[in-house]
Amino acid sequence: MRPGFIERTIATFLTAAEYTAGAETMAASKGALQRVDPRVKVAGLLGLIVAAALSRRLETIASLFAVAILLALASGVSPVRLLRWVWWPALLFTGAIALPAVFLTPGNPAFSLGPLTATHQGIRSALFLIARAETAVTYSALLAFTTPWPWAMKALRTLGCPAALVAILGMTFRYIFVILGTAAEMFESRQSRTVGRLEGPERRRMASAAAGALMEKSLQLSSEVHLAMQSRGYRGEVHILHDFRMSASDWLWLAGFVTLTGMAIWGGRG
Amino acid sequence: MHIPDGYLGPSTCLALYGGAAPFWYVALRKMKRALHTRAFPLLSLFSAFSFIVMMFNLPLPGGTTGHATGVGIASIALGPWASLLAISIALAIQALFFGDGGITALGANCFNMAVVGSLISYGVYRAIAGRSSLQSRQRIIAAGAAGYIAINISALAAAIEFGIQPALYHDAAGTPLYAPYPLHIAVPAMMIGHLTIAGLAELVISAGVVAYLQRADPILLRATAPNAITTATEAPGWKSLKPLWVTLAILMILTPFGILAAGSAWGEWAPEDFTHAAARSQIAAASGNHAPPVTAPAGLQRLSSFWTAPMPRYAPSFLRSPSFGYLLSAVAGTGVIILVFTLAGWMSGRHPG
Repeated sequence: MRPGFIERTIATFLTAAEYTAGAETMAASKGALQRVDPRVKVAGLLGLIVAAALSRRLETIASLFAVAILLALASGVSPVRLLRWVWWPALLFTGAIALPAVFLTPGNPAFSLGPLTATHQGIRSALFLIARAETAVTYSALLAFTTPWPWAMKALRTLGCPAALVAILGMTFRYIFVILGTAAEMFESRQSRTVGRLEGPERRRMASAAAGALMEKSLQLSSEVHLAMQSRGYRGEVHILHDFRMSASDWLWLAGFVTLTGMAIWGGRG
Repeated sequence: MHIPDGYLGPSTCLALYGGAAPFWYVALRKMKRALHTRAFPLLSLFSAFSFIVMMFNLPLPGGTTGHATGVGIASIALGPWASLLAISIALAIQALFFGDGGITALGANCFNMAVVGSLISYGVYRAIAGRSSLQSRQRIIAAGAAGYIAINISALAAAIEFGIQPALYHDAAGTPLYAPYPLHIAVPAMMIGHLTIAGLAELVISAGVVAYLQRADPILLRATAPNAITTATEAPGWKSLKPLWVTLAILMILTPFGILAAGSAWGEWAPEDFTHAAARSQIAAASGNHAPPVTAPAGLQRLSSFWTAPMPRYAPSFLRSPSFGYLLSAVAGTGVIILVFTLAGWMSGRHPG
């Protein structure tokens, strides 16, 4: 039997929770990237994403993708997990957009498929789109899978991100899982009291009421958090502690990232 | 509508980061000024809420499901500036941690969904809702329209960004290097999905949440409805009391029929009725054939002259027609009652509590 919208929403929540739990477990393990100073890692991986976005050569993007796989293997991030959580969803989304481009892009004919004619330009264009999307999403996943979120936020602060933004990002991330838990409980309790199949308008009313109730709870929680912050001395100023120390290996990693990014940008020129 | 990395070229990404940045700056300043220490927890919790709402599988007419961005709800509950920050934060976490939407395209996603979406949504909601009361159906329609129009304008912005990529970035052989479709393909392809499924999802959640809040917690709608008519002001309006006024007018016109009733009401006798033969027999008939006293009781005699009414027996002395006298008395009496209660209402409004 096809699951209803309650079951599907709960499944979405569980997938997000599973993804986060998996990411936190990997971030706490002893892989190559996990040992790198978060500032170096954040700057280095973001640099490689930008290099992939700038590249006008497929070979360069493919090389960057190969480096991403090597980094994943060295950091204990299994390709199976990457395939399930990163590569397959990205391929489904981007593939659906890229495939028609093979036939719709004007250019030199490559092959025909019934009434449709694929062009060389169309094939290259689709490959560019898929390769860039997969490479960039792999690097951003490596950042999430090898860096605890609070460290990534601190690293962003030392790299020049405004303290206010870093503080809000940190708090939001923490409370996403509180609200996620509340939302999952709301849907589970409703599911346990639902007999038979709900009609369309009833389903919509239920989803809207759940969203409205969740909003009320979120706003109420924000008031409680505010009072708790004030009771601990918060007066509107945000201070973020910096306790990172660069080791010799961190300097080596930084040199490696800078060299690789530089080479990718230089090699990716059209 | 979350644009991944690789779809937009570098200069487009930079331009859209630049386009969103002033809005972030102004919004953060406004929030800190308006909310001071409350700004961070409020924005954080609402961003977390927006993130979760984006995960809802919304049942849509036709049996399908869709996801909403929640921009309609956010701008209705918090106003445009807080909404654009909350949605931007939710999008940033989706991109940085969950890989949903690109990091290089984060500026574009924030510009389209958070900035354009919040401003359009707020504008449409305020324009349609007008001064209607917090509980009015007009606000539900306004919320639905705000969500639907906002998400479609956001989608149009994204489609235009996609559509200009082939002209901006291509190699010598004409291969598009980023999003491959020109405007005439990108715009309809993007809009068909948003005019139907995604737009409907936004409409359903925005209208549904406002309808829910009207029942459960209408005060949450107050922030973006400063001019809303309160229920107390609206209730005594002409429209809501129209049936009562009409009934009252009919009753006043019918008052002269009271003259047709024979005799006088039991216990409402005048002192002279006790000495008048015809009146005495009526009093006796109405009292179980008990004969009334020969003269009016002393107390009744004394107190009956204590107050002389301006319109005794509903017959003003200056009018000859008893029917018109009845009618005039009804109008005058009703007018005095309305005047007394209007004054009382005005006095209680001036001195609450």
